[in-house]
Amino acid sequence: MTLIRDAARVCKSKNAGPFELTIDVVFDDAETFRRVKATGVLCPALFARLYNVPEEHVLFTPYDAAFAFKATLPRLVPSGDFGDTDVYGCQQHAPLLDVDLPI
Amino acid sequence: MSKEIRLLSTSAILGYGFPEASLKAGLDRDPHVIGVDGGSVDPGPHYLGSGKPFCSPMAIRRDLRLMLHAAIDKKIPMVIGTCGGAGGAPHLALVVSMVREIAREDGLHFKMAAIHAEQDKAELKRRVVAGTISSLAHQPPLTDATIDRATRIVGMMGPEPFITALDAGAQVVLAGRASDPAPWAAAVTRAQLPPAPGWYAGKMLECGATPAIPKGHDSLFVTVRDDHVECEPTNPARRCTPLSIANHSLHENSSPIHHIEPGGMLDTSDCRFDAVSDRAVRISGMRWNPADQYTVKLEGVELAGYRAICVCGTRDPMLIGRLDHFLDSVRGEVSTKASAFGVDPDAYQLGIRVYGRDGVMGAREPCRDALPHELGFVIEVVAHDNQEIASAVLGMARTNMLHTDFPGRLCREGNMAFPFSPSDIEVGPVYRFSVFHVAELDDPTELFPIEYETV
Repeated sequence: MTLIRDAARVCKSKNAGPFELTIDVVFDDAETFRRVKATGVLCPALFARLYNVPEEHVLFTPYDAAFAFKATLPRLVPSGDFGDTDVYGCQQHAPLLDVDLPI
Repeated sequence: MSKEIRLLSTSAILGYGFPEASLKAGLDRDPHVIGVDGGSVDPGPHYLGSGKPFCSPMAIRRDLRLMLHAAIDKKIPMVIGTCGGAGGAPHLALVVSMVREIAREDGLHFKMAAIHAEQDKAELKRRVVAGTISSLAHQPPLTDATIDRATRIVGMMGPEPFITALDAGAQVVLAGRASDPAPWAAAVTRAQLPPAPGWYAGKMLECGATPAIPKGHDSLFVTVRDDHVECEPTNPARRCTPLSIANHSLHENSSPIHHIEPGGMLDTSDCRFDAVSDRAVRISGMRWNPADQYTVKLEGVELAGYRAICVCGTRDPMLIGRLDHFLDSVRGEVSTKASAFGVDPDAYQLGIRVYGRDGVMGAREPCRDALPHELGFVIEVVAHDNQEIASAVLGMARTNMLHTDFPGRLCREGNMAFPFSPSDIEVGPVYRFSVFHVAELDDPTELFPIEYETV
């Protein structure tokens, strides 16, 4: 069992504007990135499930040059609106940490 | 040697600070332009609404003074976009007045340009009628009612107003809301270098040394040539690596490869990242795809009400074990008692944030079964009409968090520990984002008037 928290070098979230959240998972090198990509675990459906949004609202982009996967999805509440818990959106990464990567 | 332009960004935001040694090391390499980004939409709607700066005036003044002296000594332009954090009229006015004061105190003389980004409501309504404004991020279409309700609306300028100001001989260019890379893309365009490396350079410079490791608020030096960009932090304790630079393309953007800007799209999908030393990286292969229609983003906020908050915590396992029931009772008591003093439930929103359970992720929190030994609460009330109602309802919520009975209760003197006296904090007006649209422009400078003065 290899969890993202053990395999990734970066796992982070941040606003992409006031209405969207963007989440990045970055690996150390091309070989690890290739193996992770081959598992297909990191995909729009995973983010849709973890963040409870329709899959068609997830913009998912593997970025080979940075050994990174990026997913952008709607915020639960716009930044700073009543009920928002995270104005900068930078503490929304935790559900990914325990995702198992069969690499 | 091919033509090049050298650009020095002092930090990630004006007022975040930077080591003086980093500035000096940057100046030793003879930059053609010095600058810094002045703000961001990231801290939320408060700053645009209130007109207050995101960084403190003391911190802004410190950075400004060092940068002004550097620009005047080196006889180079200084460019700052999104002044004062949000780039509205009061934010720009604050930084303009600080520059005047510093110049007077220190005997500096230069031509200054102030580029305005706050938008006239009547003009925006005309554009709505003309059908040249459209929504972003699934927002509803812009209407006259939304424009009327807005406290402040800014347009996010591209490089062209900076180019106009610099062409007019301004040495100090202070701008309201601007696309973060715009002042740098302007400098590169004026050097007659192509837009792709110019925008890429701006993407790096707008965050200071953030593309370097270790990350920190510090200075970045970028050299732009015809087909590539070279990045190097000026502080020898930091370095750029191909991976640290590539990773910066992920920052605060919905796509790592397609970066939409006024006038076009920067495509980084085929970028190459090559180390030119153990601290500097050369990036090539970026492309600029001009848009058919020039557009600028509009950002606006409206008043959502007035907030009061209170922080408290419980260490009582019986209460923690039946928390949802307890909070429901509190909400019921608050509703009844606020109605009794004349405040209808429609007049406010009551929130009880539970730290230790789902305070950080709210409904997206996957761990729902943990029973911690203590929980922290932030009680908040946002009243639509005034602070008095918010504070009155909050007081009632705080009292009922403290004293509401529950089955099995042993802690009969009080349910909550309050860290402060007074326990209640009046936060004041609360804003929410209400305008997030794009406007089509015939002339990239038409929404951004420039005032010049000789200081």
